[in-house]
Amino acid sequence: MEALVIAGRALRSRLFMGTAKYPSPAVLAESLAISGCEAVTVAVRRVSLEDPASGGVLEAIDRSQYLLIPNTAGCYTPDEAVRVARLGRAGAGTDWVKLEVLADPDTLLPDPTGTLEACRTLAKEGFVVLAYTSDDPVIAKRLEEAGAAAVMPLGAPIGTGQGILNPNNLRIILDRARVPIIVDAGVGTASDAAIAMELGADGVLLNTAVSQARDPIAMASAMGKAVEAGRLAHLAGRIPKRLYGAASSPATGIVR
Amino acid sequence: MPTEVSGDVQTIEVNGETREFLPPLTVGGLLEQHRLAAERVVVELNREIMRQDGWTGVQLSAGDRIEIVQLVGGG
Repeated sequence: MEALVIAGRALRSRLFMGTAKYPSPAVLAESLAISGCEAVTVAVRRVSLEDPASGGVLEAIDRSQYLLIPNTAGCYTPDEAVRVARLGRAGAGTDWVKLEVLADPDTLLPDPTGTLEACRTLAKEGFVVLAYTSDDPVIAKRLEEAGAAAVMPLGAPIGTGQGILNPNNLRIILDRARVPIIVDAGVGTASDAAIAMELGADGVLLNTAVSQARDPIAMASAMGKAVEAGRLAHLAGRIPKRLYGAASSPATGIVR
Repeated sequence: MPTEVSGDVQTIEVNGETREFLPPLTVGGLLEQHRLAAERVVVELNREIMRQDGWTGVQLSAGDRIEIVQLVGGG
């Protein structure tokens, strides 16, 4: 499959994997490996002074194999997000950031104006901003104009597993985008990822659908295949949907 | 263990919690006290991210606010 290029970096896989809520570091490592993903997201959190060895994720991630993308999850203002992005850059040694500025902890929906403001600041500071946002074509365009290297509209709210709720909006976003569009959040199972890719998304970012599946490693494998299948189907060009049937076998020479 | 005592107990804020320390104490010394591996953490002192090679020499002062963070699993 052709590479996805973001900010000059070619990614072999169009699947981006989160690294949270796995049953163990070993299952995380195996899931990442079998999915074929190349880019993984991580969060920035305070260390525990009482238990300094806890919480770290880097032991399970081979830095030579994966592009680490720190996120700004848990931030509700542009200032918080910019601060956390800088900490993430120092920790991961990369300019890439998955920018999240959320509106409230119940819906976990993005705050579009806060995201836009933080995106502008971070892009000016040289960050490669992957901007998580709602599935709104207007804000997607604004983020692109603000310097986002990729825009990441949600399929559905974070952790809901509801799939691609508004394929029409996503199609408009894809139709007008000049930067890669990565569907982020809402994927519940492999077909959701395939649908996003069939619509023409440049990539899919997911976490809970794999880490909380009964068998995360099997689901990671399914997601890798679904993203690839969806991409191939998009490139192949699907047939139009029809109301009435159209026979596959020849209509002539039928034995009567 | 450093036994030198050159001042009274002072307080700083580490990861949002007030902590007492006995000067002199450097940022590097604070990390050692908590057995934090320098290559695994990022330190912010009074909102400024510190360079790893600058930690050892920086003395902590009363009222300093320090954040010590690491990368964890995230989506």
